[in-house]
Amino acid sequence: MLKITDLKVNYGGIEAVKGISFEVPGKSIVTLIGANGAGKSTTLRTISGLVRPASGKIEFLGEDITGMDVPTIVSKGITLVPEGRRIFPDLTVLENLRLGAYLRKDNIDSDLNWIFDLFPRLKERQWQLGGTLSGGEQQMLAVGRALMSRPKLLMMDEPSLGLAPLVVRDIFRIIKRINEEGVTILLIEQNANMALQTADIGYVLETGRITMSGTGSELLSNPAVKEAYLGS
Amino acid sequence: MIKNKKNTILGFCALAALFLVLFVLEKLLPTGSMLFVVLKKGAIYALVAASMNLLNGFTGLFSLGQAGFMLIGAYCYAIFTIPVQHRDAVYQYFDGGLIQFTVPVVVALIMAGLAAAIFAALIGLPVLRLKSDYLAIATLGFAEIIRAIFQWDALGPLTNASNVLRRYPLFSSTLFPFIVAGICIAIIVLLINSSYGRAFKAIRDDEVAAEAMGINLFKHKQMAFVISSFFAGVGGALLAMYQTTIQANAFKSAMTYEILLIVVIGGIGSISGSCIASFLFIACSEWWLRFLDAETYIGAFKVPLLRSGFRKVVFSIVIMAVVLFYSKGLMGDKEISFQGISGFIKDPFGLVSRRKKKTEGVHIDG
Repeated sequence: MLKITDLKVNYGGIEAVKGISFEVPGKSIVTLIGANGAGKSTTLRTISGLVRPASGKIEFLGEDITGMDVPTIVSKGITLVPEGRRIFPDLTVLENLRLGAYLRKDNIDSDLNWIFDLFPRLKERQWQLGGTLSGGEQQMLAVGRALMSRPKLLMMDEPSLGLAPLVVRDIFRIIKRINEEGVTILLIEQNANMALQTADIGYVLETGRITMSGTGSELLSNPAVKEAYLGS
Repeated sequence: MIKNKKNTILGFCALAALFLVLFVLEKLLPTGSMLFVVLKKGAIYALVAASMNLLNGFTGLFSLGQAGFMLIGAYCYAIFTIPVQHRDAVYQYFDGGLIQFTVPVVVALIMAGLAAAIFAALIGLPVLRLKSDYLAIATLGFAEIIRAIFQWDALGPLTNASNVLRRYPLFSSTLFPFIVAGICIAIIVLLINSSYGRAFKAIRDDEVAAEAMGINLFKHKQMAFVISSFFAGVGGALLAMYQTTIQANAFKSAMTYEILLIVVIGGIGSISGSCIASFLFIACSEWWLRFLDAETYIGAFKVPLLRSGFRKVVFSIVIMAVVLFYSKGLMGDKEISFQGISGFIKDPFGLVSRRKKKTEGVHIDG
């Protein structure tokens, strides 16, 4: 579905991504794991069009989307859930969700119901301001908001960041459910254990390069991954 | 939904009642009454404050160019409406000026807005890429440059250089600025409640997230800037009509600060707050505090401190008090509503709810 070929990105004067290639097959969950500064976020930001690549190629559904702007990429079906949730604090939950569907001209009521079905808490709080939600609820809102654009590929930047372990489990359960409903997911995580348990395919990113890849369970049992990222 | 409809109907009734009261007042009171001065100028400032709020409060763009756009609007209106037979007298140093035709008042008002909007579109291209303080400085500079250019001799045949423009059509009834400002503010409110307005607020709240949702940042900022300037231009034209003569030097940055003050006092992000604050501000500065400027004797005793200029001291203290007690402005980011009014009557200064908040430790707003 998504094919990255030899992608290089310069970011803030340094070469943050030094030529990576990977693929995201349709209907799968793919994860990129790696330490801080490995280039994970930069990769996602480049795919979504927020950052322009120095070289390389990004193909989505067979079409070259390298260097297109964000609105075009969102309307083609790739949406990013940004790092740190970044919901709109002074807008209501409902307004936040509506903004996710900003580029759509068709009726969004059925999608609102779908989101409220996925996240019943958001339905209860739809008139509340986004900033008054708890961290976990804000993450759900951020995911719900991104889903309102009806993406074919949902990219998530550290969805577990700063959340309690129980809430993290909830978030990953929901990621699985969204995937079962037909949305392809590209996930980056520092919580490697949780991410690899959920993912079909995993890639390990180290200082701008992919150093290992395999299925989720392969990587989970790989001694090098274990030592570097799983802490055992 | 039903509640919304009921509120809309109530709102229209309130507006109709307001116009009726104005109409009756004009019949009853002498035309020179200070009340009308305050109402006219208040309506004009309300429109400009609402336009500034659209930019500063709803889109999060801190711009200080309002006086510049008002100047463009005021001049555009005057230049195109001075009757041809008076042009020789007005443009006495420039052989009757360049333009020798007039357009109807309503057309000239719209042209005033469009002229301001075109200037905004042009300077928006470079300026809107700047952030916060830098944007404020750039727009402030623009307003000052415009003020200087309009007084430039070479443009005399068009702008009458540093001489006043006069003898253009004025309004006599208070209803006129109320209707024009009312229509313009209604359009601003409709815009804010549309999906564009939601996008503006999203940009204000979080640019990165707004961009990730596919909102084109520059396009929307530009749109807010141009629309805000359009209404500032219309406000400037109304101000020209109110003042009977205009001269570019009057559109100093102090005018922008007055409007900014109104926006802050009314509440950043509240259009009704801007309107209320505008009338209060004009009433205080022009009318209610006037007695402080007059030397007053009670019998043989001269009341101390009262002398010309003292009004401004008291006015500043009043503003400081308002900002201290209403740190988010009179209205915060809420709009006026009938529930709000009935709540205010029951609990005028939020004392009860403040106490409640303390004892319960919960947030009950919203």
